[in-house]
Amino acid sequence: MTHLLVSFAGEAAHEAANLVDGGALARFAWLIPVVPLVAMFVIVFVGKRLPMKGWELAEAAMLFDAVYGVALFIANASHGISYEGSLEIGRIGSYVIEWGWVVDGLSIMMYALVGVVGLAVFTYAKGYMKGDVRFTWFFAAFTQFAGAMLLLVSSANMIQLIVGWELVGLASYLLIGHYWEDHENNAAATKAFLVNKIADVGLFIGVIIIGVTVGSFRFDAVLNAVASGNSALARVAFWSGLAIFIGAMGKSAQFPFHVWLPDAMAGPTPVSSLMHAATMVTAGVYLLGRMFPLFQTDGFATEVKSIIIVVGGITLFATGLIALVQDDIKKVLAYSTLSQLGYMTVAMGAGAYTAGLFHLFTHAFFKGLLFLCAGSVIHAVHSNNMSDMGGLRKAMPWTFRTFVVGSLALAGIFPLAGFWSKDEILASVQYDASGAGGTLASVVLVVAIAGAFVTAFYMARAVYLTFFGEYKGQAHPHESPRIMTYPLIGLGLGSIVAGFVSVPGVFEGFGQWLAARPFAMGDHHFESLNFALAGIGLAVALAGLAAGTMLWRRDAATQRERDRFRIPVLYPLLANKYYIDDLYLKGVIGPIKGPIARFVDWTSTTIIDGVVNAFGGVARLAARFVYGGIDQRGIDLAINAVAGGTSEVGEALRHTTTGRVQQYVGALFAGAVLLVVGFLIFT
Amino acid sequence: MTISQFLVLGALLFSIGIYGVLVRRNAVLVLLSVELMLTAVNINLVAFGSYISDTLRSGQVFALFVITVAAAEVGIGLAIVVLVFRNRSSANVDELDLLRW
Amino acid sequence: MDWGASVSWMRDWISNADNVVFLVISLVIVAAAIRVVSSPNVVHAALMLVLALAGAAGLFLMLGAEFVAWTLVLVYIGAVIVLFLFGIMITRAPTGRDPVRLDHARRWPAAVVALGTFVTIATVTTMAFGDRPVEAAVSRSGELGDVLFSRYVIPFEAVSFVLLAALIGGIVIARKDPDR
Repeated sequence: MTHLLVSFAGEAAHEAANLVDGGALARFAWLIPVVPLVAMFVIVFVGKRLPMKGWELAEAAMLFDAVYGVALFIANASHGISYEGSLEIGRIGSYVIEWGWVVDGLSIMMYALVGVVGLAVFTYAKGYMKGDVRFTWFFAAFTQFAGAMLLLVSSANMIQLIVGWELVGLASYLLIGHYWEDHENNAAATKAFLVNKIADVGLFIGVIIIGVTVGSFRFDAVLNAVASGNSALARVAFWSGLAIFIGAMGKSAQFPFHVWLPDAMAGPTPVSSLMHAATMVTAGVYLLGRMFPLFQTDGFATEVKSIIIVVGGITLFATGLIALVQDDIKKVLAYSTLSQLGYMTVAMGAGAYTAGLFHLFTHAFFKGLLFLCAGSVIHAVHSNNMSDMGGLRKAMPWTFRTFVVGSLALAGIFPLAGFWSKDEILASVQYDASGAGGTLASVVLVVAIAGAFVTAFYMARAVYLTFFGEYKGQAHPHESPRIMTYPLIGLGLGSIVAGFVSVPGVFEGFGQWLAARPFAMGDHHFESLNFALAGIGLAVALAGLAAGTMLWRRDAATQRERDRFRIPVLYPLLANKYYIDDLYLKGVIGPIKGPIARFVDWTSTTIIDGVVNAFGGVARLAARFVYGGIDQRGIDLAINAVAGGTSEVGEALRHTTTGRVQQYVGALFAGAVLLVVGFLIFT
Repeated sequence: MTISQFLVLGALLFSIGIYGVLVRRNAVLVLLSVELMLTAVNINLVAFGSYISDTLRSGQVFALFVITVAAAEVGIGLAIVVLVFRNRSSANVDELDLLRW
Repeated sequence: MDWGASVSWMRDWISNADNVVFLVISLVIVAAAIRVVSSPNVVHAALMLVLALAGAAGLFLMLGAEFVAWTLVLVYIGAVIVLFLFGIMITRAPTGRDPVRLDHARRWPAAVVALGTFVTIATVTTMAFGDRPVEAAVSRSGELGDVLFSRYVIPFEAVSFVLLAALIGGIVIARKDPDR
């Protein structure tokens, strides 16, 4: 029996945050994930017969989501919305299984982001995937991804989140392995899936602990428990929070679960853009944001934040360095994504809810843009490697311009989007260092600033190697068609203005919009821009750009020469990605495939099969005993004895039938006499 | 005359007849002994008939019947014995054991 | 046992003339019967039976059953024994001496059975009837005829059927095969 349970956010929070319920827009917000999922099914079944081979359905679904998301965004901006609707699907004992959709600040931001960026990428992909043999299937999987991602961010309970989480993983697997004719792409897809799966163990453990402790899997129930200081939850908060962070590490590719992201570049570029830059990889950060009070409230999982900030810091810096030595342009951007995800994680670890999500917001725009530009270049040059590129700024002007805009935004140059979000992160870390984070946060702050230098450094390298110098390749590069360049321009504009939604002291809309939740996030509100830190960050970024220009601005030949000056130990280390992949291969996969698998096989055949065979053997022995001993000797003997006895008696008795009448007569008379005597005696 | 004396005599004759039936090997002599037994029965019947002073004389009537049936039986019996003798050239009852096991 | 009482009872019994006659006839009958069952000569056995039957007829006369007595003589002695003699004649071996001897091995079991039978019957009857007297119920043949055709007519008819069947059967069984 399903019935609609409409639940509001807590009354107190309502009054405190002056939140509205969002009206019809919120009530029908469940359409946001459902429309793409339905579209996916339709594309699968009838897509091939449509004039644009199913693209029109995908684009329509994304358009719907973009419009809806933006509408909600605007509504939220005017008046904070906090609404949760749910549909009860079933019950297991006292646990209610339900489908809920949340419409609050965090979800609305994600809806709008996924919708808008997704719309741009879907448009771009029509041109990019033109002529592909699996065009329809690509869009079906892509639409499935969009639906799954939206399902994830609209989840009102942890189980539904896991469903969306796993579906996103599935979409990732399908899309990374899109060019599955090449076996390496399959390996990359499997690697992504499996690394995520290993991290998901943490997610499951965390969800189960929290769900069982609180008695419900709903987010509002958990966060209510945090707000009311539930002691049972407080006891398990550290470990469950850590477990959840491990799950987030998988999706958001933090060290050491980062290894799948560079390999995921084997997928088509639109996939890399939307999924592995803007949206899917941010699911981990989103989860931390959704569960933020658990980490922020004293007495709960606050110690986990130190771990979070350290992991984020390591990821930020180490992966940034690797980006310096990559030849494949997509790999540069992949490591850059890893590095930026590290920034977001650092922000979350520093207790900066708004800063981390703000960076997620801006990063989606410029990283999505950068990937689309890279795809444009790859499409023109038919090669991923920057050594096959060079001097493309004349041949591909719009791509060049938007790429530069994206790079500057990424590097954090004023007044582009990245500047604002990165600065806010640095400020938050500094604030945390002066407060709860202590020296750890200070160290991470220094690392983050250094990371800004590295970011600018490798992006400059990428720009110069790709667009400057002379083109040495074989193909005839030309600008991409309009259907691909218009999204570039759109995202470029977004990269420019997206930062203005959160300027401390001037316009803090973004923070307010994000805070439209029934619970207080407890992050620090900055009164004004931290000019000192902003200045340092900008200076560092400019220094990085300058260093990159110095090294790589010259013509192609010299650039290659410059590229060849390597620091002996450092270069191989970076080129081999700190040998982590080798470590995994030889240390983890090798033993599992070899000795462990053999051991398990031995256990199975010798021990388990042995036990089973022993039972079988015992059964056989028992059967033999029953048959031989009991049945043959006992029962058969008894029966044979009876039969034999009867036969013997018959043998003996038949001698009485002599055939001689006189004997019969004699017996007759003797019997009669005896009978009479018997009668006389006994009566 | 007491009734018992007739009954005892009858019993004696009957027993002797049994002995003869069991002992004799010649088929004809076996039939002869059977006649003896029937005679004993007749004596019994008539004695009892007189004992109860039956106006219906049932004892004697039944004695007549016994005599008649005995005669018929002897006729058949001897016919069979003759036939058996014809087939086997012997009247030895010991040899008539085809119903043997 | 009271020997005195039985001896006097026996003296009383002997003094009755009927009883003396009875005794004599019964001795004859018993002796003849014994010869019937034990004689090695077959013809002697048959002839002894004649004697036994004659004695039985005498007993019947004593009991007043005249018709039965003479029927016995007529049918039994006259016809049945003749039949027996014929049968003996047909089934005897050419040498004249009975090749079929008495079965000596069976004598004692048979004797036991016979003795047992006698003892049982005699004891039972004497215990039941004891000293009760029996009178000779002299009957006239006319009375017997009346009863035979009124009260016992059905058994009479049945017996006549038996005779018919025996007659036919005897002929059928004993005749020579006409095909030969």
